[in-house]
Amino acid sequence: MTRSDWLEQAINLACGLLLLTAVGALWRREVSALIPILSVQGIALTAIAALLASEHPAGAEAVVVAVLVGALKVVVIPLLLRRVHRLVPGARETRPLVNVASSLLAAAGLSLLAYAAAGPLIDASPSPTARATPVGLALVLIGFFVAATRQRAVSQIVGLLLVDNGIAATAFLATDGVPLIVELGVSADLVLAVLVLQVLTARMVRTFGDGDLDDLRELHD
Amino acid sequence: MELALFGPVAAPVAGAVLAATLPRRVAAWTSVLAAAGLLAAGIALATGTVSRPPGTAPLHGVSVADGLLRADALTAWLVTAVGAVATVACWASVHHLDDQARAGELPKGSARRYLVLVQLFLACMSVAVLASNVGLFWVAVEATTVVTAFLVGHQRTRASIEAAWKYVVLCSVGVGIAFLGTICVYAAAIATAPDTAGARAALDWTYLSEHGAQLDPSLMRLSAGLILLGFGTKAGLAPMHAWLPDAHSQAPAPVSALMSGVLLSVAFYGILRYKSIFDAALGPGYVRTLLLIAALGSLALAAVLLIGQRDYKRLLAYSSIEHMGLIALGTAIGGRLALAAVLLHILGHGLAKAVAFCGAGQLLHRTGSPLIAEVRGALSSAPTAAALLGVAVVALLGLPPFALFASELALARAGFAAGLGWAVALAFVLVLAAFAAIVRHAAGMLLGSTVDPLTVDAEQPPHRPRPGLRWVPLVLGLIAAAALGVWLGPLQSLLDSAALIAAEGTR
Repeated sequence: MTRSDWLEQAINLACGLLLLTAVGALWRREVSALIPILSVQGIALTAIAALLASEHPAGAEAVVVAVLVGALKVVVIPLLLRRVHRLVPGARETRPLVNVASSLLAAAGLSLLAYAAAGPLIDASPSPTARATPVGLALVLIGFFVAATRQRAVSQIVGLLLVDNGIAATAFLATDGVPLIVELGVSADLVLAVLVLQVLTARMVRTFGDGDLDDLRELHD
Repeated sequence: MELALFGPVAAPVAGAVLAATLPRRVAAWTSVLAAAGLLAAGIALATGTVSRPPGTAPLHGVSVADGLLRADALTAWLVTAVGAVATVACWASVHHLDDQARAGELPKGSARRYLVLVQLFLACMSVAVLASNVGLFWVAVEATTVVTAFLVGHQRTRASIEAAWKYVVLCSVGVGIAFLGTICVYAAAIATAPDTAGARAALDWTYLSEHGAQLDPSLMRLSAGLILLGFGTKAGLAPMHAWLPDAHSQAPAPVSALMSGVLLSVAFYGILRYKSIFDAALGPGYVRTLLLIAALGSLALAAVLLIGQRDYKRLLAYSSIEHMGLIALGTAIGGRLALAAVLLHILGHGLAKAVAFCGAGQLLHRTGSPLIAEVRGALSSAPTAAALLGVAVVALLGLPPFALFASELALARAGFAAGLGWAVALAFVLVLAAFAAIVRHAAGMLLGSTVDPLTVDAEQPPHRPRPGLRWVPLVLGLIAAAALGVWLGPLQSLLDSAALIAAEGTR
């Protein structure tokens, strides 16, 4: 097995892990289980970034991006999520809009849709890793699904993070990652958005005594 | 000129630093100065871009900061709009915070947080407009969501927390879709020149504009859909508008003025610049169809929901969706005349909507009720606030002499000339329905008798604002909106150049 074969195998393995963790997030309902799942997904994403950086012509910048992704997705975001979780301990999806079996079926359908949608990205990209981009898009779609069908504040944040991981995976696989300055900005925005949501969850718990978004029914037309 | 490029960012950043350190009243007035500085920087950019030395084409932009910031006539127009609306809103903020403090509704530290966040919000909008790079533009637009989240939730009531939550989640997801679109554009751009892989230049507006025709069409089709959906969410276009009425009605009035008046347009500015790139890659039909759907959808939705509206700040929020629909319609029509109308509409709507929200905020403070049905005969109980709100609503309805009359007329002419008469006709039927609904609600609120047990409570006299400077910014805003409708003066050449850039791409 040559080095590039080995690299492609490793990237495919990491992509498999990404998809598996996304399905896992759909399957488990306890918030305490979702946080480790997201951490594992962060490790898989970092692995993709690191593997690509090892091959990259302009290495240094890609290495910085990989380190940044690792710090963000494996350390900072799980830390913030744990703080949200502490606000509403024992939170569990009590009234999910869709049951587990149908969610898993939906995930299969969304993955097929992602495969169809990724066609142009695969055709246009010169890099062989682009063939794995459907995984990134599938992650985005599953993230939307989680955010749309769950009622808990924490679960919605998890959905948002799945979407973000999917977008990051698509960026790495299709284009070897966006330029450093953009990646820096995107990471800063993500951390701040999760922080804002954490503070809002705290205020929600203080005003409603609960992090259940089902209570958010005051504003409508 | 090069130095002036830092002005629109430096002024609000300095304002934020000062707001964090000075006492509240001084800080509030300093933030007005910072906003005026932003406006001055916009005017400096405008004169710089229009009066280029002979020999250089007037449309070439100038860039600084390692090519990250860049200004041309279109940028200068938007910065001027942000500065003008910011000046009105920051001035109104001074009195808004005073009123809140007098009513004992201002917890310790919350005024400071408000002032700092407003300045950071202005800085983010400036960066978005000045960004030379589509990636940086995205980052700045998402940053506006993060910065404004606590401003929406400023009042800490149940409803405002709900609005802030929906705002952050829906806008982050929506703008996330736009980032996916940005990645598709990047993939298409580096495919045109593989050695630019990893290079920032491939994401520059200028690079994309120059190479538009070479970008892979199937990838650009995917990207155009994602970008329109993503930035369309932030611009409040139907069907991705769900967060807008909640956020704009719950935020403090001056913040609503900024969000409705300019933030929507700043998000739409991305679509405006992207359109010429997509048109070069795909031909004019594709994006035009998508924009027409969004435009007519927004107009129809606004017209229907305006009719049964009960809350007057929500009424103004839906009117913003209506005006964003008109802006999208003008962009769909394309061409210099329509795009000049769009740009004039952006500025005119920004000013009129800012005054309307600030007037509505004063009325809310006086009457204590956000409901249309509980505010009756405001012209006699709170004459100045009601009169200013009334005039601003007249401006928003598109009546002469205000700028929106001129822009809507130009839009209709351009539409018929471009063979989109049916869309324009349909749009104006919907605008007429919205017109009737707004007139009915506004007439009920402003005219009529005051003998109303709900507004005049003998036990608790209504808060009477101290007169003084509080009406000055609103009057200035209305004068500017009217003046723009009558005579553009020196702004004419800026508007022409900006429309040309929007029509033919960044160069």
